[in-house]
Amino acid sequence: MFIRVTLSLLEGFSTTCLIFVLTLVMSLPLGLIISFGSMSRFTPLRWLTKVFVWIIRGTPLMLQIITVFYVPGLLFDTPVKSRMTALLIAFVINYAAYFSEIYRGGIESIPKGQYEAGQVLGMTKTQIFFKVVLLQIIKRILPPMSNEIITLVKDTSLARIIAVGELIRAAQDYVTIGYIWPLFYTGVFYLIFCGVLTLIFGYLEKKLDYYKG
Amino acid sequence: MPILEVQELEKCYGKTPVLKGINFSLNKGEVLSIIGSSGSGKTTLLRCINFLETAEKGRILVNGKTIFDADVEKPHTLEEKRQNQLMMGLVFQSFNLFPQYNVLENVSLAVKLLAKSRPGFKQNKKQIYAQIEEDARAIIDRVGLSDKLENYPCELSGGQQQRVAIARALALNPQILCFDEPTSALDPELTGEVLSVIRDLAKEHITMIIVTHEMSFAHDVSDRVIFMDDGIIAEEGAPDILFKAPKTERLRAFLSTVLSR
Ligand SMILES: Nc1ncnc2c1ncn2[C@@H]1O[C@H](COP(=O)(O)OP(=O)(O)OP(=O)(O)O)[C@@H](O)[C@H]1O
Ligand SMILES: [Mg+2]
Repeated sequence: MFIRVTLSLLEGFSTTCLIFVLTLVMSLPLGLIISFGSMSRFTPLRWLTKVFVWIIRGTPLMLQIITVFYVPGLLFDTPVKSRMTALLIAFVINYAAYFSEIYRGGIESIPKGQYEAGQVLGMTKTQIFFKVVLLQIIKRILPPMSNEIITLVKDTSLARIIAVGELIRAAQDYVTIGYIWPLFYTGVFYLIFCGVLTLIFGYLEKKLDYYKG
Repeated sequence: MPILEVQELEKCYGKTPVLKGINFSLNKGEVLSIIGSSGSGKTTLLRCINFLETAEKGRILVNGKTIFDADVEKPHTLEEKRQNQLMMGLVFQSFNLFPQYNVLENVSLAVKLLAKSRPGFKQNKKQIYAQIEEDARAIIDRVGLSDKLENYPCELSGGQQQRVAIARALALNPQILCFDEPTSALDPELTGEVLSVIRDLAKEHITMIIVTHEMSFAHDVSDRVIFMDDGIIAEEGAPDILFKAPKTERLRAFLSTVLSR
Protein backbone atom coordinates (compact mmCIF):
# COMPACT_ATOMS: atom_id res chain seq x y z
CA MET A 1 0.00 0.00 0.00
CA PHE A 2 2.74 2.47 1.00
CA ILE A 3 4.64 1.80 -2.19
CA ARG A 4 1.53 2.09 -4.30
CA VAL A 5 0.69 5.44 -2.72
CA THR A 6 4.26 6.65 -3.12
CA LEU A 7 4.22 5.75 -6.79
CA SER A 8 0.97 7.53 -7.55
CA LEU A 9 2.02 10.54 -5.49
CA LEU A 10 5.27 10.61 -7.48
CA GLU A 11 3.19 10.77 -10.61
CA GLY A 12 1.30 13.76 -9.23
CA PHE A 13 4.60 15.22 -8.12
CA SER A 14 5.98 15.03 -11.65
CA THR A 15 3.07 17.24 -12.78
CA THR A 16 3.82 19.60 -9.91
CA CYS A 17 7.44 19.78 -11.09
CA LEU A 18 6.32 20.34 -14.66
CA ILE A 19 4.10 23.26 -13.65
CA PHE A 20 6.95 24.64 -11.56
CA VAL A 21 9.62 24.43 -14.25
CA LEU A 22 7.48 25.68 -17.13
CA THR A 23 6.17 28.58 -15.07
CA LEU A 24 9.68 29.62 -14.12
CA VAL A 25 11.13 29.27 -17.62
CA MET A 26 8.44 31.52 -19.06
CA SER A 27 7.75 33.98 -16.27
CA LEU A 28 11.37 34.88 -15.50
CA PRO A 29 11.99 36.49 -18.93
CA LEU A 30 8.43 37.82 -19.20
CA GLY A 31 8.84 39.49 -15.81
CA LEU A 32 11.94 41.26 -17.08
CA ILE A 33 10.03 42.63 -20.05
CA ILE A 34 7.21 43.82 -17.78
CA SER A 35 9.73 45.48 -15.46
CA PHE A 36 11.10 47.46 -18.42
CA GLY A 37 7.53 48.59 -19.07
CA SER A 38 7.08 49.72 -15.49
CA MET A 39 10.33 51.71 -15.66
CA SER A 40 9.65 53.15 -19.10
CA ARG A 41 9.95 56.88 -19.64
CA PHE A 42 6.85 56.65 -21.84
CA THR A 43 4.15 57.48 -19.29
CA PRO A 44 1.13 55.65 -20.83
CA LEU A 45 3.12 52.42 -21.03
CA ARG A 46 4.31 52.87 -17.46
CA TRP A 47 0.76 53.37 -16.22
CA LEU A 48 -0.54 50.47 -18.24
CA THR A 49 2.01 48.10 -16.71
CA LYS A 50 1.37 49.48 -13.25
CA VAL A 51 -2.37 48.85 -13.58
CA PHE A 52 -1.66 45.39 -14.95
CA VAL A 53 0.63 44.54 -12.04
CA TRP A 54 -1.90 45.96 -9.60
CA ILE A 55 -4.68 43.76 -10.98
CA ILE A 56 -2.55 40.62 -11.01
CA ARG A 57 -1.16 41.16 -7.55
CA GLY A 58 -4.46 42.42 -6.21
CA THR A 59 -6.52 39.32 -7.03
CA PRO A 60 -6.09 35.72 -5.88
CA LEU A 61 -4.20 33.39 -8.18
CA MET A 62 -7.08 30.96 -7.78
CA LEU A 63 -9.47 33.48 -9.30
CA GLN A 64 -7.06 34.09 -12.16
CA ILE A 65 -6.83 30.38 -12.93
CA ILE A 66 -10.62 30.09 -12.99
CA THR A 67 -10.88 33.16 -15.18
CA VAL A 68 -8.41 31.92 -17.77
CA PHE A 69 -10.05 28.51 -17.83
CA TYR A 70 -13.74 29.40 -17.93
CA VAL A 71 -14.12 32.94 -19.29
CA PRO A 72 -13.16 32.24 -22.94
CA GLY A 73 -15.82 29.54 -23.03
CA LEU A 74 -18.48 31.72 -21.43
CA LEU A 75 -17.80 34.82 -23.51
CA PHE A 76 -16.76 33.55 -26.89
CA ASP A 77 -18.00 30.03 -26.80
CA THR A 78 -14.48 28.76 -27.35
CA PRO A 79 -13.74 26.66 -24.28
CA VAL A 80 -10.05 26.22 -23.47
CA LYS A 81 -9.07 22.80 -24.69
CA SER A 82 -6.09 22.03 -22.50
CA ARG A 83 -6.42 22.48 -18.75
CA MET A 84 -2.66 22.52 -18.47
CA THR A 85 -2.34 25.38 -20.99
CA ALA A 86 -4.95 27.45 -19.17
CA LEU A 87 -3.20 26.78 -15.90
CA LEU A 88 0.21 27.74 -17.24
CA ILE A 89 -1.12 30.96 -18.76
CA ALA A 90 -2.48 32.00 -15.37
CA PHE A 91 0.66 30.97 -13.50
CA VAL A 92 3.07 32.60 -15.93
CA ILE A 93 1.19 35.92 -15.95
CA ASN A 94 0.84 35.92 -12.19
CA TYR A 95 4.46 35.12 -11.47
CA ALA A 96 5.78 37.41 -14.19
CA ALA A 97 3.97 40.28 -12.44
CA TYR A 98 5.59 39.47 -9.11
CA PHE A 99 9.02 38.93 -10.69
CA SER A 100 8.75 42.23 -12.57
CA GLU A 101 8.46 44.07 -9.27
CA ILE A 102 11.49 42.24 -7.90
CA TYR A 103 13.51 43.07 -11.01
CA ARG A 104 12.41 46.69 -10.83
CA GLY A 105 13.39 46.94 -7.19
CA GLY A 106 16.79 45.42 -7.98
CA ILE A 107 17.48 47.59 -10.99
CA GLU A 108 16.37 50.80 -9.29
CA SER A 109 18.44 50.07 -6.20
CA ILE A 110 21.71 50.35 -8.14
CA PRO A 111 23.13 53.81 -7.42
CA LYS A 112 23.32 56.21 -10.36
CA GLY A 113 27.01 56.60 -9.59
CA GLN A 114 27.74 53.09 -10.85
CA TYR A 115 26.42 53.93 -14.32
CA GLU A 116 28.16 57.30 -14.30
CA ALA A 117 31.47 55.77 -13.25
CA GLY A 118 31.17 53.36 -16.16
CA GLN A 119 30.38 56.22 -18.54
CA VAL A 120 33.30 58.41 -17.58
CA LEU A 121 35.54 55.37 -18.01
CA GLY A 122 34.39 55.19 -21.60
CA MET A 123 32.35 52.01 -21.33
CA THR A 124 29.45 51.40 -23.67
CA LYS A 125 25.92 50.97 -22.32
CA THR A 126 26.10 47.24 -22.94
CA GLN A 127 29.41 46.95 -21.13
CA ILE A 128 28.07 48.93 -18.19
CA PHE A 129 25.06 46.64 -17.95
CA PHE A 130 26.88 43.33 -18.24
CA LYS A 131 30.20 44.16 -16.58
CA VAL A 132 29.17 46.62 -13.89
CA VAL A 133 25.55 46.39 -12.78
CA LEU A 134 24.24 42.94 -13.70
CA LEU A 135 25.99 41.03 -10.92
CA GLN A 136 25.01 43.70 -8.41
CA ILE A 137 21.37 43.37 -9.49
CA ILE A 138 21.52 39.58 -9.22
CA LYS A 139 22.97 39.82 -5.73
CA ARG A 140 20.17 42.13 -4.66
CA ILE A 141 17.28 40.21 -6.17
CA LEU A 142 18.40 36.77 -5.08
CA PRO A 143 16.76 36.79 -1.60
CA PRO A 144 13.32 38.03 -2.77
CA MET A 145 13.53 35.74 -5.80
CA SER A 146 14.17 32.67 -3.68
CA ASN A 147 11.18 33.60 -1.53
CA GLU A 148 8.92 33.91 -4.53
CA ILE A 149 10.17 30.72 -6.15
CA ILE A 150 9.59 28.73 -2.97
CA THR A 151 6.07 30.13 -2.83
CA LEU A 152 5.57 28.90 -6.39
CA VAL A 153 6.30 25.32 -5.29
CA LYS A 154 3.32 25.45 -2.95
CA ASP A 155 1.10 27.47 -5.29
CA THR A 156 1.22 24.62 -7.80
CA SER A 157 -1.33 22.89 -5.56
CA LEU A 158 -3.92 25.38 -6.85
CA ALA A 159 -3.88 23.45 -10.13
CA ARG A 160 -6.34 20.95 -8.74
CA ILE A 161 -9.20 23.47 -8.84
CA ILE A 162 -9.37 22.97 -12.60
CA ALA A 163 -8.63 19.29 -12.19
CA VAL A 164 -5.00 19.22 -13.21
CA GLY A 165 -3.59 16.15 -11.54
CA GLU A 166 -0.80 17.47 -9.39
CA LEU A 167 0.45 16.17 -6.06
CA ILE A 168 -2.42 17.11 -3.72
CA ARG A 169 -4.97 15.90 -6.19
CA ALA A 170 -3.19 12.56 -6.42
CA ALA A 171 -3.50 12.26 -2.64
CA GLN A 172 -7.14 13.29 -2.68
CA ASP A 173 -7.94 10.35 -4.88
CA TYR A 174 -7.05 8.24 -1.85
CA VAL A 175 -9.10 10.40 0.51
CA THR A 176 -12.19 9.60 -1.55
CA ILE A 177 -11.59 5.90 -1.02
CA GLY A 178 -11.08 6.36 2.71
CA TYR A 179 -7.36 6.94 3.26
CA ILE A 180 -6.45 10.26 4.76
CA TRP A 181 -2.73 9.75 5.43
CA PRO A 182 -1.52 10.14 1.81
CA LEU A 183 -2.67 13.74 2.03
CA PHE A 184 -0.28 14.42 4.90
CA TYR A 185 2.38 12.39 3.16
CA THR A 186 2.44 14.98 0.33
CA GLY A 187 3.97 17.39 2.83
CA VAL A 188 7.16 15.35 2.68
CA PHE A 189 7.43 15.93 -1.05
CA TYR A 190 6.95 19.69 -0.69
CA LEU A 191 9.43 19.85 2.16
CA ILE A 192 12.11 18.00 0.23
CA PHE A 193 11.54 20.10 -2.88
CA CYS A 194 11.71 23.39 -0.96
CA GLY A 195 14.64 22.11 1.05
CA VAL A 196 16.65 21.50 -2.10
CA LEU A 197 15.73 24.95 -3.43
CA THR A 198 16.73 26.54 -0.13
CA LEU A 199 20.11 24.83 -0.34
CA ILE A 200 20.64 25.99 -3.92
CA PHE A 201 19.73 29.60 -3.13
CA GLY A 202 21.80 29.52 0.02
CA TYR A 203 24.76 28.36 -2.05
CA LEU A 204 24.25 31.11 -4.64
CA GLU A 205 23.90 33.79 -1.97
CA LYS A 206 27.06 32.55 -0.33
CA LYS A 207 28.88 32.67 -3.66
CA LEU A 208 27.96 36.34 -4.03
CA ASP A 209 28.83 37.07 -0.42
CA TYR A 210 32.48 37.76 -1.24
CA TYR A 211 31.74 41.47 -1.50
CA LYS A 212 29.43 43.90 0.21
CA GLY A 213 27.43 46.74 -1.29
CA MET B 1 47.40 76.11 -27.69
CA PRO B 2 45.38 75.34 -24.56
CA ILE B 3 44.53 71.68 -23.95
CA LEU B 4 40.99 72.63 -22.93
CA GLU B 5 38.83 75.59 -23.82
CA VAL B 6 35.35 76.05 -22.45
CA GLN B 7 33.36 78.77 -24.16
CA GLU B 8 30.04 80.35 -23.20
CA LEU B 9 28.84 77.19 -21.49
CA GLU B 10 25.24 77.39 -20.24
CA LYS B 11 23.16 74.78 -18.47
CA CYS B 12 19.70 74.84 -16.87
CA TYR B 13 17.95 72.30 -14.71
CA GLY B 14 14.33 72.77 -15.67
CA LYS B 15 13.90 76.52 -15.62
CA THR B 16 16.72 77.24 -13.16
CA PRO B 17 19.88 78.41 -14.88
CA VAL B 18 22.84 76.78 -13.15
CA LEU B 19 25.68 77.70 -15.51
CA LYS B 20 25.30 81.14 -17.06
CA GLY B 21 28.10 81.40 -19.59
CA ILE B 22 31.31 79.83 -18.39
CA ASN B 23 34.56 80.70 -20.15
CA PHE B 24 37.97 79.42 -19.25
CA SER B 25 40.91 77.62 -20.70
CA LEU B 26 43.51 75.28 -19.37
CA ASN B 27 47.05 74.61 -20.51
CA LYS B 28 48.71 71.25 -20.65
CA GLY B 29 50.21 70.33 -17.32
CA GLU B 30 48.30 73.04 -15.50
CA VAL B 31 46.41 72.48 -12.26
CA LEU B 32 43.21 74.47 -11.96
CA SER B 33 41.17 74.62 -8.77
CA ILE B 34 37.54 75.62 -8.69
CA ILE B 35 36.19 77.04 -5.47
CA GLY B 36 32.83 78.54 -4.66
CA SER B 37 29.92 78.24 -2.32
CA SER B 38 27.48 75.37 -2.34
CA GLY B 39 25.10 75.49 -5.29
CA SER B 40 27.30 77.77 -7.38
CA GLY B 41 27.46 75.15 -10.15
CA LYS B 42 30.90 73.57 -9.70
CA THR B 43 29.68 69.97 -9.93
CA THR B 44 27.45 70.84 -12.86
CA LEU B 45 30.41 72.33 -14.71
CA LEU B 46 32.51 69.20 -14.18
CA ARG B 47 29.60 67.01 -15.27
CA CYS B 48 29.20 69.03 -18.48
CA ILE B 49 32.92 68.76 -19.22
CA ASN B 50 32.71 65.01 -18.66
CA PHE B 51 29.52 64.70 -20.72
CA LEU B 52 27.39 63.35 -17.93
CA GLU B 53 25.22 66.38 -18.63
CA THR B 54 24.69 68.10 -21.94
CA ALA B 55 25.10 71.84 -21.90
CA GLU B 56 22.43 73.86 -23.70
CA LYS B 57 24.80 76.48 -25.03
CA GLY B 58 28.50 76.78 -25.63
CA ARG B 59 31.47 74.87 -26.90
CA ILE B 60 34.17 72.62 -25.51
CA LEU B 61 37.49 72.36 -27.34
CA VAL B 62 40.27 69.92 -26.63
CA ASN B 63 43.65 70.68 -28.22
CA GLY B 64 41.96 73.22 -30.45
CA LYS B 65 39.44 70.74 -31.81
CA THR B 66 35.77 71.33 -31.07
CA ILE B 67 34.47 68.19 -29.39
CA PHE B 68 31.22 69.71 -28.24
CA ASP B 69 29.14 72.46 -29.75
CA ALA B 70 25.60 72.96 -28.51
CA ASP B 71 24.68 74.89 -31.67
CA VAL B 72 25.49 72.08 -34.07
CA GLU B 73 22.28 70.72 -35.53
CA LYS B 74 22.92 67.03 -35.33
CA PRO B 75 23.24 65.73 -31.81
CA HIS B 76 26.30 63.76 -30.84
CA THR B 77 26.09 60.05 -31.34
CA LEU B 78 26.61 57.83 -28.32
CA GLU B 79 29.91 56.72 -29.81
CA GLU B 80 31.16 60.32 -30.20
CA LYS B 81 30.13 61.02 -26.65
CA ARG B 82 32.02 57.97 -25.43
CA GLN B 83 35.14 59.02 -27.33
CA ASN B 84 34.86 62.47 -25.73
CA GLN B 85 34.45 60.94 -22.31
CA LEU B 86 37.65 58.98 -22.84
CA MET B 87 39.60 62.23 -23.14
CA MET B 88 38.46 63.21 -19.67
CA GLY B 89 38.76 61.50 -16.35
CA LEU B 90 36.51 62.15 -13.37
CA VAL B 91 36.97 61.25 -9.74
CA PHE B 92 33.70 61.41 -7.83
CA GLN B 93 33.06 62.68 -4.35
CA SER B 94 31.53 59.30 -3.47
CA PHE B 95 34.25 57.15 -5.18
CA ASN B 96 31.75 54.96 -7.07
CA LEU B 97 34.08 51.99 -7.17
CA PHE B 98 32.66 48.74 -8.53
CA PRO B 99 31.97 46.71 -5.39
CA GLN B 100 32.19 43.27 -6.99
CA TYR B 101 35.72 43.80 -8.32
CA ASN B 102 38.94 43.92 -6.35
CA VAL B 103 41.37 46.82 -6.57
CA LEU B 104 43.31 45.44 -9.52
CA GLU B 105 40.11 44.61 -11.42
CA ASN B 106 38.59 48.02 -10.69
CA VAL B 107 41.64 49.72 -12.16
CA SER B 108 42.05 47.45 -15.18
CA LEU B 109 38.41 46.71 -16.16
CA ALA B 110 37.77 49.72 -18.41
CA VAL B 111 41.19 49.46 -20.04
CA LYS B 112 40.62 45.80 -20.82
CA LEU B 113 37.19 46.50 -22.29
CA LEU B 114 38.69 49.26 -24.41
CA ALA B 115 41.45 46.98 -25.64
CA LYS B 116 38.86 44.69 -27.21
CA SER B 117 38.43 47.12 -30.09
CA ARG B 118 42.17 47.26 -30.74
CA PRO B 119 43.29 45.63 -33.99
CA GLY B 120 44.83 42.23 -33.42
CA PHE B 121 43.22 41.86 -30.01
CA LYS B 122 42.04 38.30 -30.53
CA GLN B 123 45.48 36.97 -31.47
CA ASN B 124 47.33 38.76 -28.67
CA LYS B 125 44.68 38.76 -25.97
CA LYS B 126 46.94 37.17 -23.36
CA GLN B 127 49.85 39.56 -23.87
CA ILE B 128 47.57 42.59 -24.04
CA TYR B 129 45.84 41.67 -20.79
CA ALA B 130 49.15 40.90 -19.10
CA GLN B 131 50.48 44.30 -20.16
CA ILE B 132 47.33 46.05 -18.94
CA GLU B 133 47.60 44.36 -15.57
CA GLU B 134 51.23 45.27 -15.27
CA ASP B 135 50.40 48.92 -16.02
CA ALA B 136 47.53 48.79 -13.54
CA ARG B 137 49.86 47.48 -10.84
CA ALA B 138 52.26 50.33 -11.52
CA ILE B 139 49.47 52.88 -11.21
CA ILE B 140 48.19 51.29 -8.01
CA ASP B 141 51.72 51.51 -6.70
CA ARG B 142 51.72 55.23 -7.47
CA VAL B 143 48.73 55.74 -5.17
CA GLY B 144 50.42 53.60 -2.53
CA LEU B 145 48.10 50.59 -2.52
CA SER B 146 50.34 47.80 -3.80
CA ASP B 147 49.49 45.72 -0.77
CA LYS B 148 45.73 45.92 -1.47
CA LEU B 149 45.59 44.58 -5.03
CA GLU B 150 43.29 41.71 -4.16
CA ASN B 151 41.09 43.56 -1.69
CA TYR B 152 37.50 44.53 -2.42
CA PRO B 153 36.29 48.11 -1.98
CA CYS B 154 34.26 47.14 1.10
CA GLU B 155 37.51 46.12 2.76
CA LEU B 156 39.15 49.52 2.27
CA SER B 157 38.96 52.79 4.18
CA GLY B 158 37.38 55.79 2.46
CA GLY B 159 40.79 57.30 1.77
CA GLN B 160 42.02 54.07 0.22
CA GLN B 161 38.86 53.78 -1.87
CA GLN B 162 39.34 57.27 -3.21
CA ARG B 163 42.94 56.48 -4.10
CA VAL B 164 41.73 53.43 -6.03
CA ALA B 165 39.25 55.68 -7.82
CA ILE B 166 42.10 58.01 -8.77
CA ALA B 167 44.14 55.06 -10.04
CA ARG B 168 41.14 53.82 -12.00
CA ALA B 169 40.77 57.20 -13.73
CA LEU B 170 44.53 57.46 -14.38
CA ALA B 171 44.64 54.01 -15.96
CA LEU B 172 42.86 55.33 -19.05
CA ASN B 173 45.44 58.06 -19.39
CA PRO B 174 42.98 60.93 -19.79
CA GLN B 175 44.06 64.27 -21.19
CA ILE B 176 42.47 66.06 -18.27
CA LEU B 177 41.71 64.59 -14.88
CA CYS B 178 38.82 66.17 -12.97
CA PHE B 179 38.10 65.84 -9.27
CA ASP B 180 34.78 66.72 -7.64
CA GLU B 181 35.46 67.39 -3.98
CA PRO B 182 37.60 64.27 -3.69
CA THR B 183 37.89 64.51 0.08
CA SER B 184 34.44 65.75 1.09
CA ALA B 185 33.14 62.29 1.90
CA LEU B 186 36.16 61.43 4.04
CA ASP B 187 36.88 61.68 7.73
CA PRO B 188 39.31 64.56 8.38
CA GLU B 189 42.17 62.22 9.25
CA LEU B 190 41.87 60.51 5.86
CA THR B 191 41.89 63.59 3.64
CA GLY B 192 45.67 63.97 3.88
CA GLU B 193 46.50 60.72 2.07
CA VAL B 194 44.23 61.58 -0.85
CA LEU B 195 45.46 65.15 -1.13
CA SER B 196 49.06 63.99 -1.10
CA VAL B 197 48.35 61.64 -4.02
CA ILE B 198 46.89 64.58 -5.94
CA ARG B 199 49.93 66.68 -5.02
CA ASP B 200 52.18 63.99 -6.48
CA LEU B 201 50.16 64.04 -9.69
CA ALA B 202 50.57 67.81 -9.86
CA LYS B 203 54.33 67.39 -9.58
CA GLU B 204 54.20 65.01 -12.52
CA HIS B 205 52.35 67.71 -14.46
CA ILE B 206 49.14 65.84 -14.98
CA THR B 207 46.57 68.33 -16.23
CA MET B 208 43.90 68.60 -13.56
CA ILE B 209 40.73 70.45 -12.62
CA ILE B 210 39.99 70.16 -8.92
CA VAL B 211 36.77 71.26 -7.29
CA THR B 212 37.54 71.58 -3.63
CA HIS B 213 36.61 73.14 -0.33
CA GLU B 214 40.15 72.67 1.00
CA MET B 215 41.43 76.22 0.61
CA SER B 216 44.99 75.69 1.74
CA PHE B 217 45.30 72.68 -0.55
CA ALA B 218 43.91 74.70 -3.47
CA HIS B 219 46.39 77.43 -2.65
CA ASP B 220 49.38 75.08 -2.61
CA VAL B 221 48.62 72.79 -5.49
CA SER B 222 47.07 75.03 -8.14
CA ASP B 223 48.61 77.09 -10.86
CA ARG B 224 45.35 78.95 -11.17
CA VAL B 225 42.13 79.23 -9.18
CA ILE B 226 38.62 79.96 -10.37
CA PHE B 227 35.98 81.29 -8.01
CA MET B 228 32.48 80.41 -9.11
CA ASP B 229 29.47 82.26 -7.87
CA ASP B 230 25.89 81.66 -8.92
CA GLY B 231 26.71 80.06 -12.26
CA ILE B 232 29.42 82.43 -13.41
CA ILE B 233 33.15 82.72 -12.95
CA ALA B 234 33.35 85.67 -10.61
CA GLU B 235 37.09 85.75 -10.26
CA GLU B 236 40.10 83.96 -11.67
CA GLY B 237 43.81 84.16 -11.03
CA ALA B 238 46.99 82.82 -9.54
CA PRO B 239 46.37 81.40 -6.06
CA ASP B 240 48.64 83.91 -4.33
CA ILE B 241 46.78 86.84 -5.77
CA LEU B 242 43.29 85.38 -5.55
CA PHE B 243 43.54 84.28 -1.93
CA LYS B 244 45.56 87.22 -0.63
CA ALA B 245 43.95 90.03 -2.55
CA PRO B 246 40.44 89.10 -3.66
CA LYS B 247 39.04 91.73 -5.99
CA THR B 248 35.33 91.04 -5.62
CA GLU B 249 33.22 91.46 -2.54
CA ARG B 250 31.71 87.99 -3.09
CA LEU B 251 35.05 86.24 -2.97
CA ARG B 252 36.08 88.20 0.08
CA ALA B 253 32.87 87.15 1.84
CA PHE B 254 33.29 83.55 0.70
CA LEU B 255 36.87 83.34 1.89
CA SER B 256 36.08 84.84 5.25
CA THR B 257 33.31 82.30 5.88
CA VAL B 258 35.30 79.24 4.81
CA LEU B 259 38.52 80.32 6.48
CA SER B 260 36.82 81.14 9.78
CA ARG B 261 35.40 77.61 9.92
N1 LIG C 1 19.96 66.95 -11.20
C1 LIG C 1 19.58 68.18 -10.82
N2 LIG C 1 18.30 68.57 -10.98
C2 LIG C 1 17.90 69.81 -10.62
N3 LIG C 1 18.70 70.73 -10.07
C3 LIG C 1 19.98 70.41 -9.87
C4 LIG C 1 20.49 69.11 -10.23
N4 LIG C 1 21.80 69.08 -9.92
C5 LIG C 1 22.09 70.28 -9.40
N5 LIG C 1 21.02 71.09 -9.36
C6 LIG C 1 21.00 72.48 -8.88
O1 LIG C 1 21.98 73.18 -9.57
C7 LIG C 1 22.64 74.10 -8.71
C8 LIG C 1 24.13 73.88 -8.79
O2 LIG C 1 24.43 72.59 -8.29
P1 LIG C 1 25.89 72.02 -8.23
O3 LIG C 1 25.77 70.65 -7.70
O4 LIG C 1 26.55 72.20 -9.53
O5 LIG C 1 26.57 72.96 -7.14
P2 LIG C 1 27.98 72.84 -6.46
O6 LIG C 1 28.67 74.13 -6.71
O7 LIG C 1 28.67 71.59 -6.91
O8 LIG C 1 27.61 72.73 -4.93
P3 LIG C 1 28.29 71.90 -3.75
O9 LIG C 1 29.45 72.71 -3.28
O10 LIG C 1 27.24 71.82 -2.71
O11 LIG C 1 28.67 70.57 -4.29
C9 LIG C 1 22.06 73.88 -7.33
O12 LIG C 1 21.15 74.93 -7.09
C10 LIG C 1 21.36 72.57 -7.42
O13 LIG C 1 20.22 72.57 -6.61
MG1 LIG D 1 29.23 69.79 -5.94
